[in-house]
Amino acid sequence: MAMAPPTKLFGAAIKRREDPRLITGKGSFTDDVRLVNMATMAVLRSPHAHARITRIDVGAARKAPGVLAVYAGRDLEGKIGTMPCAWLVPNAGLKVPVYPALASDRVRYYGEGVAMVVAEDGYLARDALDLIQVDYEPLPAVVDQEKAVQPGAPQIHQEIPNNLAFTWHFAGGDVDAAFRDAEVTVQQRLLNQRLLPTALETRGAVAEFNGGSGDLTLWCTTQNPHILRFHMANITGIAEHKIRVIAKDVGGGFGSKIPVYGGEALVCMAARDLGRPVRWSEDRSENYVATTHGRDHIQDVELAARRDGTITGLRIKAWASMGAYLSTAAPGVPTWLFGLIVPGCYHIPNTDVTVYGVLTNNTPTDAYRGAGRPEATYVIERLVDLLAGELRMDPAELRRKNFIPTDKFPYTVASGGLTYDSGNYPGTLDKALAMVSYPALRREQEQARQQGRLMGVGFSTYVEVCGLAPSAAAGFMGFQGGLWESAIVRVHPHGKVTVTTGASPHGQGEETAFAQIAADELGVAIDDIEVVHGDTDRVQFGWGTYGSRTATVGGAAVSMAARKVREKAEKVAAHMLETSPQNVEFADGVFRIKGATGVNKTMAEVALHAHLAWSMPEGVTPGLEESHFFDPANFVYPFGCHVCIVEVERDTGEVEIKRYVGVDDCGKVINPMLVDGQLHGGIAQGIAQALYEEAVYDENGQLLTGTMMDYAIPKASDLPRYELGRTETPSPHNPLGVKGIGEAGTIASSAAVVNAVMDALAPLGIKHLDMPLKAEKVWQAIQRAGGK
Amino acid sequence: MQRIAITVNGRETGLEVEPRTLLVHYLRDKLNLTGTHVGCDTGQCGACTVLLDGQSVKSCMLLAVQADGGSVDTVEGLAKDGQYHPVQEGFWEKHGLQCGFCTPGLLMTSIQLLRDHPDPSEAQIRHAIEGNLCRCTGYQNIIEAIKYAGGKMRDAPRE
Repeated sequence: MAMAPPTKLFGAAIKRREDPRLITGKGSFTDDVRLVNMATMAVLRSPHAHARITRIDVGAARKAPGVLAVYAGRDLEGKIGTMPCAWLVPNAGLKVPVYPALASDRVRYYGEGVAMVVAEDGYLARDALDLIQVDYEPLPAVVDQEKAVQPGAPQIHQEIPNNLAFTWHFAGGDVDAAFRDAEVTVQQRLLNQRLLPTALETRGAVAEFNGGSGDLTLWCTTQNPHILRFHMANITGIAEHKIRVIAKDVGGGFGSKIPVYGGEALVCMAARDLGRPVRWSEDRSENYVATTHGRDHIQDVELAARRDGTITGLRIKAWASMGAYLSTAAPGVPTWLFGLIVPGCYHIPNTDVTVYGVLTNNTPTDAYRGAGRPEATYVIERLVDLLAGELRMDPAELRRKNFIPTDKFPYTVASGGLTYDSGNYPGTLDKALAMVSYPALRREQEQARQQGRLMGVGFSTYVEVCGLAPSAAAGFMGFQGGLWESAIVRVHPHGKVTVTTGASPHGQGEETAFAQIAADELGVAIDDIEVVHGDTDRVQFGWGTYGSRTATVGGAAVSMAARKVREKAEKVAAHMLETSPQNVEFADGVFRIKGATGVNKTMAEVALHAHLAWSMPEGVTPGLEESHFFDPANFVYPFGCHVCIVEVERDTGEVEIKRYVGVDDCGKVINPMLVDGQLHGGIAQGIAQALYEEAVYDENGQLLTGTMMDYAIPKASDLPRYELGRTETPSPHNPLGVKGIGEAGTIASSAAVVNAVMDALAPLGIKHLDMPLKAEKVWQAIQRAGGK
Repeated sequence: MQRIAITVNGRETGLEVEPRTLLVHYLRDKLNLTGTHVGCDTGQCGACTVLLDGQSVKSCMLLAVQADGGSVDTVEGLAKDGQYHPVQEGFWEKHGLQCGFCTPGLLMTSIQLLRDHPDPSEAQIRHAIEGNLCRCTGYQNIIEAIKYAGGKMRDAPRE
């Protein structure tokens, strides 16, 4: 295989080529699609968390001005199928309930769709919703997952006893012995609260069905167009190759735009029935009930250790609230993506994780930035801090003592579930300690305490598993899909380049990063390279963007396809230079005879020559285009150390973040500006979980935080600056040496913030408080502790 | 229906609308200016921010008829003769956007902010953009973008 040319753009903070269209208001978001004769759909949603529908009358709605069609749940029969659960976790007794696009005889969560209207415009569609008459017979509802599995709790699906969708167990070593022999143990009950992902763009879809050709075009706010196409074929009965899914610009996803939802199926059905394009867009309060929620674990956790601080065992029992139905990827999130990584950075020889997946009368949960890994990091990082408190050990030194040694990689965890590729945990810890001047910081804290001020320092040393995924691992875990990624690199006769990727970035910036990779590999100016994604007609196959996979898996495919192009071009160039390929080198962006700098051929000249094919080397076909499917051998394991410094206001309980420092290692860095941006945004969401956000339901299953007036998305004035450091420990599992970074900020940060606040409150004897650490909660804890 | 006349990005528009039509829908659906976005239904997120008679307003919280006779500036009107407005330049230079959905609203708010405070402190910026939510960037690069734009505008005032 030919050697790679010296890299120039890899590692450079190049400005994004996504930006020109976005800063001029010329993005192509789903709700921007304008088609001739387009109609608008609106959905009527249940005001009850659990009820029988005894009567539904759409007659008046059908006659309302501008109304083209009205469908109730029963009208979907024979037209569209049900929503898929596509992560069938094995060996867990998994039971998957039937998940319709609209409810017909029973509603199971507040906001579940019961009918829909298609009208000439959105205003008229919403007018007609008010005319639909629905009689409900309310049933008892349960939203607490511990209560929902108890005998006597309301049964949400008749075929799923005790609302228990799965019981997952994964262990290694002998955890009973570890706890029996432990010199010290710490236990804690933790709440990892339900969150509303709140991408700024709500979900939507536009469907256009061509009755002549049988082609369906579906614009949708999806993170994974090919997955959506596959399932739409099953749901609509239209053949997969006749469906085109387009997701050009998507306004954020964070996991909530992975699933296959009813809305897109409904617009497809309506477009086919009416012979007109049909659009739909959630408003925000609809998004808050109809789009998947994140997290929602109750965890009983405990750590066993020796007096010298050596951790010997970790046991976790968790109840995950799945909502009323199992969403597309949902079962894998609180199981594999949580349970395998719970030991974190530490060598823990005995681990035991049991997770109960419980159905509850609220919105289905699914992946939300980090998807299982923030829940895991929170457990182990809180436990380590609790252990540090119990042993009166410095929390940084306790962590260091238990780190997997740097010479022990690749390292397989006790359960055998994961083999970490590479790591240098002391490296990021030391860098973070230096950035915060740790000894001086603790002295400052001592002085603050003497003045009666509540200052705290919190650590979160994390490792996470991402770069989803080796396809064999996907199959083993029950994920109904491969997780390789594809790329095509095509050099046009004029010498410009098209790169297609099956990843589907929605803000992460890979149009730029992939152009950097291709430019280096091909010696073509970056402005002559276009990167295409998000259109199943233009991109052969792919799996989309989530799980921090785009640069690792997608970028690797681009790199290898580009390398194949360069290898073919080298053969053609040699032929053009009338010499053998061994005599040719690729240097300074051109092919030339080794040692002779005078005569050379550019990639553009080679491409034109190969296109004309008047004279080609033996065995080389015309054209200059190569594809590659990259299937990684392992996940990748970014890691880091975050430190949060807070001061808690005694009189109000308010938490102020004085400094937030994050040192992360994502292997080699393609574009440091993009990496920093992902960390800023990720850390912001983790801080928000720690201090502000929670999706609150009352005991009747009503969502109380149903608009942005009640759900606390942080504003600019609610967040600190983020000071970032970096180390670079390449991954051996892809040719670029990169690891993912899209989720790492979120995975690390909640624990760092909570640990800091608890450190601040430690002098008052307060051991643990659950997120979000709102001022009222903190103030009340201070009052109870007598610390006025 | 009511006939209204609004100048948008310097062009006169005159259309019939139902009185309940929101200004943001007038822009997006009647004029096909889809750069201004809708991100919420309670006036929190600011994605719909435009300038009305030079003042930043949330166009989802205004009826189109309330803008009758007025002058609206949207993101589509910022670049002049192929040159970006300094706020656009700042957001590009400083990676002040990721998905781009909140960006048009932030650009318009930034213009108002820099008019009121040509050399704003970080605290002033954070306070001024409280009405614009961003879920992707964590705000830090947005602040850098606005500072950059302020610097450019102080050095070379437009027109």
